Amino acid sequence: MTTVTVRIPTPLRAYTRGADEVRAQGATVAEALRALGTACDGLLTRVLTPEGEPRQFVNIYLGSRNVRALRGMETPVNEGDVISIVPAVAGGSA
Amino acid sequence: MKAKERRLAELRAAVREVTPREALALQVRGAALIDVREADEIAQGSPPGAYRLGRGFLELKIEDAVPDFEQEVVVMCNSGVRSLFAAEDLMRLGYAKLFNMVGGFARWKNEGLPMEIPPRLDPAARERYSRHLLMPEVGETGQLRLLASKVLLIGAGGLGSPAAMYLAAAGVGTIAIIDHDVVDRSNLQRQILHTDARVGTSKVASAKQTLEALNPAVKVTALEVRLSSDNVEDVIEGFDVVVDGSDNFPTRYLVNDACVRFGIPNVHGSVYRFEGQTSVFWPRYPKRRGPCYRCLYPEPPPAELAPSCAEAGVLGVLPGVVGLLQSVETLKILLGIGDPLVGRLILYDALRARFTELELPRDPHCRYCGDGAAFPGYVDYEQFCAQAAQVA
Repeated sequence: MTTVTVRIPTPLRAYTRGADEVRAQGATVAEALRALGTACDGLLTRVLTPEGEPRQFVNIYLGSRNVRALRGMETPVNEGDVISIVPAVAGGSA
Repeated sequence: MKAKERRLAELRAAVREVTPREALALQVRGAALIDVREADEIAQGSPPGAYRLGRGFLELKIEDAVPDFEQEVVVMCNSGVRSLFAAEDLMRLGYAKLFNMVGGFARWKNEGLPMEIPPRLDPAARERYSRHLLMPEVGETGQLRLLASKVLLIGAGGLGSPAAMYLAAAGVGTIAIIDHDVVDRSNLQRQILHTDARVGTSKVASAKQTLEALNPAVKVTALEVRLSSDNVEDVIEGFDVVVDGSDNFPTRYLVNDACVRFGIPNVHGSVYRFEGQTSVFWPRYPKRRGPCYRCLYPEPPPAELAPSCAEAGVLGVLPGVVGLLQSVETLKILLGIGDPLVGRLILYDALRARFTELELPRDPHCRYCGDGAAFPGYVDYEQFCAQAAQVA
């Protein structure tokens, strides 16, 4: 089984007991995120639609590439790959 | 015949001569016009668009001005003699299509051809910007370009503060800041434009006071209004770069849409506790098509996933790091140097001390910047963000 590291953005760390990185297993991005969702209850619905696609305010990266530019959620992963969940962040001025 | 005259006769035979009028026609069709006169002569006037390189530094500077050895090059001085020697030097460097302008600038002026008095830095400015002037990437030309530039900052807060300070210090000639808020004591942990004595006063007025104290040559425009669909075009049009340091999604989408419409680079920064993001959204960047903010995030997240700094907190210095990355990108764009963050996102994780670069693909079907997209107009951004949050 392939093990990848998933980087968790700050707003979602409430679902990972504060961890900024979580290891997950799966052969594709979708499988790894499903495994993450099983381990971290409530996280996946914040990231993916019911159909399993990234929500409009979230991008999923494999390494430095947006999975949209690869094979989407079905993009295969390799041992040691890093998946980043990158949500829109508003903060700046106030 | 003197040696000088013999040499000149040889050079006249080797270098094609053109009249000032022919030189102008060559320049119009793409030739580089090189003015090799001394600075005090050039200060009296020079053809518009000429490269004023001076005879002394010609060989050292010419390749930055004319990197293509096959480009047509017209050399000029005041009478057409010094330029002949300069042409000989350029020939030795490898420039193949050289012309000497007979009669020089004196004849150019007599024939009533266009001229301009080139702007120059005064002694105080030369001293202030001396560290810029030493670098070939900036130099006097670049510094004059910064002084002629106009930057609009969205927000005089955590990101806008450091960005504005360094842009003013760098000599960006016109800086406008829009913010409708007043200084709160809780701002002072990170918003370095403001002071304890100015708590309760207008943020943009405070910003203007600080920036003008730092660099009196900078024109600071304080816009104490809330940016909205109604005023966005009047506010944004005419700026060279917009620096987005806003704190809410409706403003971010509004700024994006207006920047896409006017083709203005949108230097983006956002922060959250110990993390920051920065990128340049500029679909009309001439060197490669980049995405806009909507390509990256077609819709904003629900409030629970995107609390503001007021709700979630932020390490005070974090917006300092991100705001300065925004300033660096802004100066690069204004100077036309380096590779801007177009199509790339930098994530900064302060706790891990890690920068991560991610690729940002553009969405060819984006409603705002996609292939063949006509500007769909502004929307009610508060409603758009509230609705998106409910659906999510």
